[in-house]
Amino acid sequence: MLRKLQIKDHGSETRLFKRRAIVAIVVIIMMMLGIVSRLIYLQIYNHQHFSTLSQKNRLKIVPLPPTRGLIYDRNGVILAKNIPSFSLELIPEQVKDLDNTLERLSQLISISDSDRQHFKRLVKQKRRFQSIPLRYRLTEEEVARFSVDRHLYKGVNIQARLIRYYPFGKTGVHTIGYVGRIDARELQRIDPANYSATTHIGKLGIERSYEDDLHGQVGYQQEEVNAQNRTLRIIDSTPPVAGRDLYLNIDIKLQNYADKILGDYRGSIVAMDPRNGELLALISKPNYDPNQFVTGIGVKSYAALRDSPDKPLFNRSILGQYPPGSTVKPFIGLAGLDADLADSSLFCPGWFELEGDERRYRDWKKQGHGDTDLDKAIVQSCDVYFYELAKKLRITQMHKFMSLFGFGQKTGIDIIGELPGLFPSREWKREKRGQAWFPGETVITGIGQGFTLTTPLQLASATATLSMNGLHFRPTIVQSKQGDEDAEPIPVQPTRYKSVLLKSPQNWQTIKKSMLRVLHSPRGTARSSGKDAPYKIAGKTGTAQVFGIAQDAEYNEEEIDLRLRDHSLFIAFAPFDKPTIAIAVIAENGGSGGHVAAPIARKVLDAHLLGKGL
Amino acid sequence: MILDSYTAANRRRYSLADSLHIDAPLIIALLLTAALGLVILYSASNQNEDIIIRQLTRLAVAFGVMVLVAQISPRQLRFWTPWLFAIGLVLLIAVLAFGEGKGAQRWLDFGLVRFQPSEIIKITLPMILAWYLADAALPPKPSRVIICIILIILPTLLIAKQPDLGTSLVIASSGIFVMLLSGIRWRFVFSAMFAAIAAAPLLWYFMHDYQRQRVLTFLNPEQDLLGSGWHIVQSKIAIGSGGVYGKGWLNGTQSHLEFLPERSTDFIFAVYGEEFGLMGILVLLTLYLFIIARSLYISTQAQDTFGRLVGGSIAITFFFNIFVNIGMVTGLLPVVGLPLPLISYGGTSMVTLMIAFGILMSVHTHRKLLSQ
Repeated sequence: MLRKLQIKDHGSETRLFKRRAIVAIVVIIMMMLGIVSRLIYLQIYNHQHFSTLSQKNRLKIVPLPPTRGLIYDRNGVILAKNIPSFSLELIPEQVKDLDNTLERLSQLISISDSDRQHFKRLVKQKRRFQSIPLRYRLTEEEVARFSVDRHLYKGVNIQARLIRYYPFGKTGVHTIGYVGRIDARELQRIDPANYSATTHIGKLGIERSYEDDLHGQVGYQQEEVNAQNRTLRIIDSTPPVAGRDLYLNIDIKLQNYADKILGDYRGSIVAMDPRNGELLALISKPNYDPNQFVTGIGVKSYAALRDSPDKPLFNRSILGQYPPGSTVKPFIGLAGLDADLADSSLFCPGWFELEGDERRYRDWKKQGHGDTDLDKAIVQSCDVYFYELAKKLRITQMHKFMSLFGFGQKTGIDIIGELPGLFPSREWKREKRGQAWFPGETVITGIGQGFTLTTPLQLASATATLSMNGLHFRPTIVQSKQGDEDAEPIPVQPTRYKSVLLKSPQNWQTIKKSMLRVLHSPRGTARSSGKDAPYKIAGKTGTAQVFGIAQDAEYNEEEIDLRLRDHSLFIAFAPFDKPTIAIAVIAENGGSGGHVAAPIARKVLDAHLLGKGL
Repeated sequence: MILDSYTAANRRRYSLADSLHIDAPLIIALLLTAALGLVILYSASNQNEDIIIRQLTRLAVAFGVMVLVAQISPRQLRFWTPWLFAIGLVLLIAVLAFGEGKGAQRWLDFGLVRFQPSEIIKITLPMILAWYLADAALPPKPSRVIICIILIILPTLLIAKQPDLGTSLVIASSGIFVMLLSGIRWRFVFSAMFAAIAAAPLLWYFMHDYQRQRVLTFLNPEQDLLGSGWHIVQSKIAIGSGGVYGKGWLNGTQSHLEFLPERSTDFIFAVYGEEFGLMGILVLLTLYLFIIARSLYISTQAQDTFGRLVGGSIAITFFFNIFVNIGMVTGLLPVVGLPLPLISYGGTSMVTLMIAFGILMSVHTHRKLLSQ
């Protein structure tokens, strides 16, 4: 004890402790200053940065999808509308066991294999926190069944949203088109802000071509959210602007009827008002139901459509390029009249020969038409007369004249994807084929064979121009667009192209009268279709060869494969004096124009002019 | 100076504080801080009154315990020290054998009370070191230093094994502070620090995966935004967006919209920083600094080595807790689950803390009686 006390020097120990305590307080104050400088860095120097982050945390901007514009026909019948639909959606991030959940859900709600595939594909594409639809168009019973067990399915929700619906289904699918989910290629094209809430986009027809009008303007809602992303309150909102409604020139009743009348033929019917270019009906068959594309068509169903030999996806009215056959004769005849080359008659022996060439160009009538003038050549569709006329006109003049009617050019119709057809010329052949033009090619061009290709729309438009004595309108589908707010609809003004001018205008009447006699004279090729009509129809039949027959062979319809049979064509306008409708009908492999296409056209004309059958 | 004149003035009167064996400046600062804590907790808990009442009860109990402890003289405390430390060690071993808790075993359940034996060690480790060092002259001889190191390492390892990295860190530090205050040679201190840095990779090897993750997250919080990095990022946003004057009480969006995790407990400082800004924080830091300075002053006035060392260690450990917590919340240090003293919601550590202050007061107030 004594030794300890001697060693323990209380004074020095106290001093030692004091020194250490001072070191401690100095270090503590320095560290506190360290904290304070850190706080100055966070709260003053970086305050703006963190304030922004805090706002971003707190506020969520939710885009609101605009309602897509509706589509009406010329009489106000709705062709495309938005209907509420319940879909079953999953948020992968919130679902623990995806496969197991799908399995359990399939016991409540029918989920097909294609639904599953579609869903799995989307899961890979989308982000984990996005809601992904599994099934669309739930029935009310399915909604009720799921709602009872809802608490068992975390991350699975029923979403009510508007989906596009086409009440007329197949009819007009090629014209109206359809909407589908936005794909990767479209994502590049669209304005990402305006489409931030939009899931579907126009894929075809009017829906695609008028996408900008139909889509509308996205709206926004600023929401205050908590860390779980649950919305606590809405701070600010800009409502979306709905897309414009469209009013079409199409008469859906006529469209339906024409669709029915074309029956099982593959082909097309185009009917337009020659006075302004308004398209009344635009048929391409076979067709398909657009509604299946809205919610995502299965791979198999799509493959079936794509690979069908009947090509239902192919819009024949604007993409189908057919040899026009004899339907070009009134136009070639007009070219002849305008060049003063068609005022004489000739003798038709049933064939035609070029000098210095052994090849015989046959007339469809083996025994020949005998003495034939232009009128007879049109009414009875004499080929030899037009072989001769073509030879006299020469290809360059024919090309120039036919171009005035729009042959070989796009019509400018207001849906995307139209093809121009082809009316050949020396330049074209040299450029595209690298070959010189042969005189024999001029001859067959005179009857609409050879290189010549036209779309049904081109034929109808050329017919309309002819019926109006050269007044040439752009064919249009959309009549008017809904105006802003409650303003009147904005009409789409008819676009007039350069008129066809003849040296002597009475030649119009000459040709048109011949076309009249095609239907209303005892020898006319479409006389049966003109019978008992309470109004006068002018038209021209056409039978286009699909299959080349050898020089001396016989064309025997029954022996030839169905798909190699001639196409049946017919063009017409009516009433004769004041035409209000021009029509082109093509029935693929239908055979003779007078027997198949003309009666179909007559029925459509009756329907439009007399209201028959509608 | 202020502290000096206050006690000088007090010495003449025989006040209520003296008769209760409490130090008036210290208890006033502690009460003010605790009151401020309640104000923050009210906001952090989304104005949950139940939580406030519970915290108030804990505070009452803790302050009560502090006053009780203050009645025990340092001599008695010194007498019981080895026994208390031994009990703490036994319980620590018990907790490893029978303990419970989520993920880590920290709790012992005695039917009525559930508590963490590491809390006993928090107080008794500095006491046992002081008890041992007070026996011989200071600064301690190397052989005694080694004994001390063993005394520190033993409970530290037991707690780290639970695993509770934060607490073991605090406990080891509180022991080291005793050593530093005992006058251990700086030469030795620096070489020990060097050795510790060299041993860091070894520590990494013994860490649990989640502890390694915390360190990695600290080094790069943005890397794991949805996991543990979220805590740091959100708390920095909260504090930074508070600015100089804060968003105002109850107006913190980070905390009220639940972006900030653990906002009533470990991350409550971020709530405070968001709502009261830099100014509010300076007020709190001033209160803390006063408590620390007063505690250190009390220690220097202690009459024996035991009281000096225990008191000094309590003061520095108190600061160490604050520094680690604020450092963590502001992104200066990795996330270790340490509460902010007197402010964070929670029971056990509050009682432990107040026991420590009770000891300090006992050291201070019994001194005069002894000298008379």
